Amino acid sequence: MSILLDEHTPVIVQGFTGDKGTFHAKEMIAYGTDVVGGVTPGKGGARHLGRPVFNTVKEAVAGTGASASLVLVPAPFCADAIMEAADAGIQLVVTITDGVPAQDMMTVKRYLWRYAKERRTRLVGPNCAGVISPGKAMMGIMPGHIYARGNVGVVTRSGTLGYEAASQMQALGVGITTSVGIGGDPINGSSFVDILALFEQDPATEAVLMIGEIGGPQEHDAAVFVKEHMTKPVIGYVAGLTAPKGRRMGHAGAIISAFGDTAAEKAEILRDAGATVAPSAAELGATAARVLAQQPSRRVLVQR
Amino acid sequence: MDVHEYQAKELLSAFGVRVPKGGVAYSADQAVYRAAEIGGSRWVVKAQIHAGARGKAGGIKLCTSDMDVRQAAKDLLGTTLVTTQTGPEGLPVHRLLVEEALPVERELYIGLVLDRKRERIVVVAHPHGGMEIEEIAQREPAAILREVVEPAVGMQAFQARELAFGLGLAPPQGNQAVTIILSAYRAFRELDATMVEINPLVVTKEGQVLALDVKMSFDDNAMFRRPNVAELRDYAQEDPREAEAAEHGLNYVALTGEIGCIINGAGLAMATMDMIQHAGGEPANFLDIGGGASPERVARAFRLVLSDRNVKAILVNVFAGINRCDWVAEGVVQAVREVRVPVPIVVRLAGTNVQEGRRILEESGLPLVTADTLSEAAERAVAARNAAGAGGAGGAGEAV
Repeated sequence: MSILLDEHTPVIVQGFTGDKGTFHAKEMIAYGTDVVGGVTPGKGGARHLGRPVFNTVKEAVAGTGASASLVLVPAPFCADAIMEAADAGIQLVVTITDGVPAQDMMTVKRYLWRYAKERRTRLVGPNCAGVISPGKAMMGIMPGHIYARGNVGVVTRSGTLGYEAASQMQALGVGITTSVGIGGDPINGSSFVDILALFEQDPATEAVLMIGEIGGPQEHDAAVFVKEHMTKPVIGYVAGLTAPKGRRMGHAGAIISAFGDTAAEKAEILRDAGATVAPSAAELGATAARVLAQQPSRRVLVQR
Repeated sequence: MDVHEYQAKELLSAFGVRVPKGGVAYSADQAVYRAAEIGGSRWVVKAQIHAGARGKAGGIKLCTSDMDVRQAAKDLLGTTLVTTQTGPEGLPVHRLLVEEALPVERELYIGLVLDRKRERIVVVAHPHGGMEIEEIAQREPAAILREVVEPAVGMQAFQARELAFGLGLAPPQGNQAVTIILSAYRAFRELDATMVEINPLVVTKEGQVLALDVKMSFDDNAMFRRPNVAELRDYAQEDPREAEAAEHGLNYVALTGEIGCIINGAGLAMATMDMIQHAGGEPANFLDIGGGASPERVARAFRLVLSDRNVKAILVNVFAGINRCDWVAEGVVQAVREVRVPVPIVVRLAGTNVQEGRRILEESGLPLVTADTLSEAAERAVAARNAAGAGGAGGAGEAV
């Protein structure tokens, strides 16, 4: 099993016929993703990469039964594209685009709440590498060949650091159920906590690697969730020990953040919550392998 | 993106926030002219830099005559002001704000900020304005008044009233404060701000409520639709290399070490810097070349890193997804041939088209050190830096 996405998930691409849409749709199809069509307003009725193009997401859903959408439209139009997908009943929206205005994301997040929980869209991103369930399907821009299929869930703010983790794990023979890039923006669709909760419920995931960064409250929230709700082991890493403290204007930011958001403080909070913190970015794979080896294998229980 | 106090005041007053009478000056003559224009007999001359805590650093001067104003302007213009918020290098003073000095009865604090945890705009307020507000927030967080704004409907008048009454303002002043808070909120939304701070908001002896000092920061991602804000950018307040880097799609932050870094992705860049320190070195910079980097952009990254004369070795670490290793490799080769890189270069490529990238590096015949893994890359970069330092050769300029 995997979370969010597998080879049976029907996927459309918003911004299908653009350069980026075309390039990454091809890669996704080659990887085995069930890309059923795409949306480019004004090009409805055409075919692209052997698949139908629609003017609106509603038409695409009606025509293909798509339940997931990869958003590759430019930043100024991104919020609109996400809300269109949500309104059309798309269950999973993965947004790669970077540079989306923060207040647009504030509006988008509020908009998603207008739907009842059962049919509410799950948004991943923006400014992320996407989601991949190795050996099954990918929605994103990652190099698929560095991911091995296995039993560790990966959730990361940084795209390239996620690649680093995947390739270290592959080299050590450690595989991944699903890797989720949640993105580095101040306001993003899914948080660490959202994805940790999915991994906790996924029977195939036996441990979770969580890769954080300096800044923001998400790692702290994740630590609280790990402590209170996770039964599976969590491996943590926080980048930015040597990052300089930024110049700042005024006091307002410091007033609302009640706890430290440096890498060292975050790593400490995760350790206190019971996570195993990787000593460096070069030991993400090795730490995951070590934690897995300490686990009594669950596989025995499901063998027939 | 940050703007100066006088610019923030102009922006806010257009939305209905009352501010003292004043104007910008670029010279001592202009400052005196501004004072005459304002009238009265007491003025403040305020250094305009993109940071707070100017008062304690001597950046704000009270004047009671023309001569005072002229002298204050002469003392401030052209200097570098170091405050607790600028960092040790300080910021240059090229502009002044000359304002009427008002008799102040009370100082209050109002701040609007995009709260990442709540994903909402939060308005915070405290009955005591000034520099100590952060300590107060730490010591007694319950004393900070907060209103969280529901994005679907925006800030409501009752929320502003709750803040005004909470600050202890009686009706005539309370109404003025409500207007100021609601106006500041509208400015926040309509200008794509990330922070608006009125500190202090003052009640004068005559009972007027005004924004005595204002700071605003804006969302860089939204400046495409706010040209009137974007044009206020003052490059003199930014590190020139960082500003130049941003022009070319590179995210660069200068640091104090000797190993120059050229990396894709902010997370990997930070992790690589951490690895360099782990291996016993110090990074000279943070540099994210971003996705879809062309050979030209890589070559530009080399020039940028080499403009720091402390750099004694360069580490290129690219894990290509949306990037392509062959393009990065071409960029490295192009840069080394064109720029004449006088320091050792360690290159680690991984991901999309990695075989092609490595082949280009090998066939170039250039003296590049390659590495396969992150830890190898960091260790070899530190070793290369140490060899360069010990031999005295290969240094890019004066040693530290």
